[in-house]
Amino acid sequence: MSVAIVDYGSGNLHSAHKAIERAAAEQGVQVIVTSDPDVVRQVDRIVLPGVGAFADCRRGLDHVAGMVEALEDSVIRSGKPFLGICVGMQLLATRGLEHGVAEGLNWIPGQVIEIKPDAPNLKVPHMGWNTLKPSRPHPLLKDIPTGENGLHAYFVHSYHLQAANPDQIIASTEYGGELTAMVGRDNIVGTQFHPEKSQKLGLALIANFLRWTP
Amino acid sequence: MLKCRVIPCLDVKDGRVVKGVNFVDLKDAGDPVESAIAYDAAGADELCFLDITASHENRGTILDVVRRTAEACFMPLTVGGGVRTTDDIRNLLLAGADKVSIMTAAVNNRDFVREAAEKFGSQCIVVAIDAKQVSPDRWEIFTHGGRKPTGINAVDYAKEVVALGAGEILLTSMDRDGTKSGFDITLTRAIADAVQAPLIASGGVGTLDHLVEGIRDGHATAVLAASIFHFGEFTIRAAKEHMQKAGLPVRMD
Repeated sequence: MSVAIVDYGSGNLHSAHKAIERAAAEQGVQVIVTSDPDVVRQVDRIVLPGVGAFADCRRGLDHVAGMVEALEDSVIRSGKPFLGICVGMQLLATRGLEHGVAEGLNWIPGQVIEIKPDAPNLKVPHMGWNTLKPSRPHPLLKDIPTGENGLHAYFVHSYHLQAANPDQIIASTEYGGELTAMVGRDNIVGTQFHPEKSQKLGLALIANFLRWTP
Repeated sequence: MLKCRVIPCLDVKDGRVVKGVNFVDLKDAGDPVESAIAYDAAGADELCFLDITASHENRGTILDVVRRTAEACFMPLTVGGGVRTTDDIRNLLLAGADKVSIMTAAVNNRDFVREAAEKFGSQCIVVAIDAKQVSPDRWEIFTHGGRKPTGINAVDYAKEVVALGAGEILLTSMDRDGTKSGFDITLTRAIADAVQAPLIASGGVGTLDHLVEGIRDGHATAVLAASIFHFGEFTIRAAKEHMQKAGLPVRMD
């Protein structure tokens, strides 16, 4: 079995790579960092990381010739398990509103909007460790303690995905109102937090993803 | 609920920790990666490396340290010291740093903050401010380890860099640094209340009460300390339990 981490020039691949490699080694999964659309078509699972601004990441993705088509073939048509991380999750939306409007992949209809906490003392970016509030069970959260007394996930973001269909929100997090922490449908999942930086919770979620058979 | 962060900071020179960590049995207390692993296991919320390598030839050593740390620790890592160009930032991020802290380069050229934030996103740009009190209501920015005055008002500067895209402020009181007499709370609060970005308080921690004060009274969202943790005076766990007792939300995973 193999998993591809899509490299489209969006920063911190090293940590994502190492965290996935650690979980993958236990399961005998091969990890490939790639910017080759053909590899994305051949592997069994796909991870789309992403840090920075939405529009920049979208430009980066478009810049790799044939990548968006390869992702659509693999994920939408072939139904391979897909995990988007941070801006890689936000890109699933219809559009992002960070520094102007940019089109997303529209796999999870919705908009990526600015965080506006309802308490004046809450800072933006939403930065640090927060707990998850699942709205339904999901295989990627299997055996992970969630809720106020559960494990924490590491967040750092100023925008979040407002899903048009509330059923596609798997978990939220509390920060002067609810922020979307995890979205998904069918074989697609995205996390606003960084599993590769979230110690116990993160490594458990990555292991669940590598085992997931949607 | 978002938790307050406790961040140990390691000074790294030529790839080695200055004043090694000695709260656990390490094979090599001078190896930053071993110290990082120990702090990861101890429950630190983030880790900060401050590179104080002086010579240009040895500047690359920090990249190797960051790379090896990112392979072993799955926690957020901030790296600062000597960051002057967007290439410096790119290299650190590619090596596995999550955030990069800029100090002198931002003082000399504010536009660098804008450029960095636009290129890499505000979430990974920390602006470090070293401030000294010059009159009852005024703190000024100092560079070169507190030796060089700039005449710049620290509160105004913080507002300016956040407006330019800094995602976080790392504030060190040069009056308190190394004194163990607690954060400069008036300064911390003045800046924390003036900007929308989160603020890490630094400089002066000697007791666990000081950590509580930084958050409760200084309105910081994170506290950074070095010696009280490195020399085993207090564990990260003890710090968090103390903060929890004082009513602050902390992560005990």
